[in-house]
Amino acid sequence: MIFAIFIPLLFACFVPILSKYKDKIHTGIFVLLIPFIIFLFFIPFIGSEFKPVYTSFNWIPSLDISLDFYLDGLSLLFVLLISGIGALVTLYSIFYLHKSERLGAFYVYLLMFMSAMLGVVLSDNVFVLYGFWELTSISSFLLIGYWHHREGSRYGALKSMLITVFGGLSLLGGLILLTVITGTTSIQEMIAQTDVILNSPYFSLIMAFIFLGAFTKSAQFPFHIWLPDAMEAPTPVSAYLHSATMVKAGIFLIARFSPIFNTSEWFFLIVSGIGILTLCWGSYMAVRQTDLKGILAFSTISQLGMIMAMLGFGTKAAIFAAAFHILNHATFKGSLFMIAGIVDHETGTRDIRKLGGLMTLMPISATLAFFGAFSMAGVPLPFLNGFYSKEMFFDVSLGLNEPTLLAADLLRQAIPYLAVLGSIFTFVYSMYLVFGTFTGEKHLDQLPVKPHEAPIGMLISPAILILGVIVIGLFPNLVNESFIAHTAEAISGKEVHKHIVFWHGFIPPLYMSLIVVIFGAGLYIYRKKWTDIYLFIPGQLSFNKVYDRFVEGLETYSAKITNSYMNDSLRRYVILIIGSIILFTFITMISTNGFAFHTNDLADFSITEVIVALVMAIAAVFTIFTRNKVAAILILGVVGYGLSLLFILYRAPDLALTQLVVETITLALFLLCFYHLPELQPRDESIGFKTTNGIISIGFGLLMTLVAVSSHSSKWFQPISNYFVENSKELGGGYNIVNVILVDFRGIDTLFEIVVLGIAALAIYGLVKLRYNKEAE
Amino acid sequence: MNSFVNTSEQIVQVVTIICMVVISISIILLMYRVIVGPTNPDRAVALDAIGINLMALAGLVAILLLTTRLNDVILLIGILLFIGTVAFSKYLEMGVVIDRDLD
Repeated sequence: MIFAIFIPLLFACFVPILSKYKDKIHTGIFVLLIPFIIFLFFIPFIGSEFKPVYTSFNWIPSLDISLDFYLDGLSLLFVLLISGIGALVTLYSIFYLHKSERLGAFYVYLLMFMSAMLGVVLSDNVFVLYGFWELTSISSFLLIGYWHHREGSRYGALKSMLITVFGGLSLLGGLILLTVITGTTSIQEMIAQTDVILNSPYFSLIMAFIFLGAFTKSAQFPFHIWLPDAMEAPTPVSAYLHSATMVKAGIFLIARFSPIFNTSEWFFLIVSGIGILTLCWGSYMAVRQTDLKGILAFSTISQLGMIMAMLGFGTKAAIFAAAFHILNHATFKGSLFMIAGIVDHETGTRDIRKLGGLMTLMPISATLAFFGAFSMAGVPLPFLNGFYSKEMFFDVSLGLNEPTLLAADLLRQAIPYLAVLGSIFTFVYSMYLVFGTFTGEKHLDQLPVKPHEAPIGMLISPAILILGVIVIGLFPNLVNESFIAHTAEAISGKEVHKHIVFWHGFIPPLYMSLIVVIFGAGLYIYRKKWTDIYLFIPGQLSFNKVYDRFVEGLETYSAKITNSYMNDSLRRYVILIIGSIILFTFITMISTNGFAFHTNDLADFSITEVIVALVMAIAAVFTIFTRNKVAAILILGVVGYGLSLLFILYRAPDLALTQLVVETITLALFLLCFYHLPELQPRDESIGFKTTNGIISIGFGLLMTLVAVSSHSSKWFQPISNYFVENSKELGGGYNIVNVILVDFRGIDTLFEIVVLGIAALAIYGLVKLRYNKEAE
Repeated sequence: MNSFVNTSEQIVQVVTIICMVVISISIILLMYRVIVGPTNPDRAVALDAIGINLMALAGLVAILLLTTRLNDVILLIGILLFIGTVAFSKYLEMGVVIDRDLD
């Protein structure tokens, strides 16, 4: 099984080599083998005797992350969809993409995506699942932006990336919480510990995180906005990722975790509520679209909402219907996308207002489109699979358990009406899609290309999918016990058996279907009269605008915030640095009771010291206020000499020596560069600025004084200086303790201070010399 | 005899301290010149004088502490003061401290 997952990824390494020969043989032909082999590998698992298969490979045992793969009914449904539709899409893409395109890149991305998607549905380890999940986001980003010279592609790719990765990160949060609570990284073991998770205080957080991940990936309201923009991708990508596989990853996630969550009523409320809302909103908005792929994108959104709603119902029948509809939707939506691609390819436009009357020119495509769209609309014909799942949807929407939460109960009562409402619009846009494209007047003069039937190779894939639609439609029980029942069992955790029949007798779901057909037909025929409603709902409002505003606002406001403190002024930064030092040190000192003042250890002082200190203080103050720079440096010299005098008074001859030398050299250096320094100007800053500076400097001085006094007042340990006094001669061989410490006891410090001086010297030399060289040039 | 030595030691100490205080006062007065001094040469001379006082003070401290270790400091102050004052004078006179080679 692990090979099945990684074969696409491994093969992707060879695709660039193969694509070198794309002029002779289309790269897609090699690629086609891969999903086909995987499909053949998984086909034998179908059957009523199916038992889950589990394999495990070590990856990071210390973190309890291993490549665990678990194939149950749910995964099986998805792997067959991924590999089967993957094969068809690859076949279609061979004819869709011209050899002049960057085929190598396309198939590398596609294979990456295939691997990632197989990994998502087969992983049992949550972190492996997350890894593959992000890989689907990345490969989808690459595929949407395939024609990266187009503005729209880049916008769509970025948007889908931002939204799905946002959801992906939130998913990671949920998975980490789950792992922490249950102590395992295996999904199946988590399901076994459902009680622990349900009683955990983090349960609602986990649910929110995981739902956010699932809803963003599956384009649920209000995160659906990325999907219509993702239609800038090549049509095979739209057909594959954005109808059959990736957008169902969120569905898969909800289905995978529903044994844990579905006992909670919030699960019903959130998943079904969002699902049904998405269903209605998506189908309502789809009618407004003029782009074929736009219609299909909103249609996908609404159908995903429908599946999500059914998963939220949580009853056995609903889960069965959801599993069934996943399969059905993949078949008809995949084929419809491919037909949209064919129409685009053969006429040069996807704008439904320019299309019309193509039935006689493209009879095969038209036939396929009719089947696909009628199945999507749920027209009661005994050879279309869409009707079965739609009727099951109506059926289960009526048979919900009465919940205890009031909001959930309201939702339960509203669901049948909302379901019918959403389905009416589904009917309308389905009809609009086929009749608008294939019947009516011809506008051949508006089309960039003279339309004709597509090459046979392009028609094979949609034909096979439509064949699937019809076969499932004619013999629904073919996939029932052997396949869908296992899926439903995997989702619900219980055995599910349901008999699919076309004719139930005169029962409410049938009436609901009839209402949908009648109202839908009426709305379709008179659609010109009521489409003005879109001027009011949603009118100018749209979630795209919210997204754009958000992204724009994020950029402008973060720029504003950054500019508000990064104003390139060194003064400002110093104020901020010193100010925060003052603030945090004060807070720390006060909160830890750090200030302490004792007079125990104070030494006597003589009048000489007082005078010297006084002189230094006066000189320091005058340095600030003088306006003559030479005078300033001279007064500063007083401070320096005063310091050396203090060193003398405190019996530190070495320090005094050094201080004197350094002071003199500094003085000389100042004089050296004085010629280049500006005159000291009378400062004309505002009072506020001066006050801030004053407060900051006085505060810092005060702080340092307090800290110094406190540190002197609180002696925690014996000083270690006695050791040096005793051992200076014996161990160091010298009487000058300071020098023995510098070069013997702590020689390494001295070494690096020498290095510092060396670097400074080199740097000065470099600065001066390089400047000259530049001038010479 | 002993009492004589003791007395003279005490006298030396008292005298030293008095000298230190006096020199300190002279430093204060010199500082007035440094800060107020109407021209920069005034300040330079005053700083030079402060340095001389520094030497004296170091010598007095050495006497007070009965040590010879500060003699280096005293000599160093002397030479540094000279260098500093010369550098300053040159700056005040010519605007530069080190002339560039003209050839």
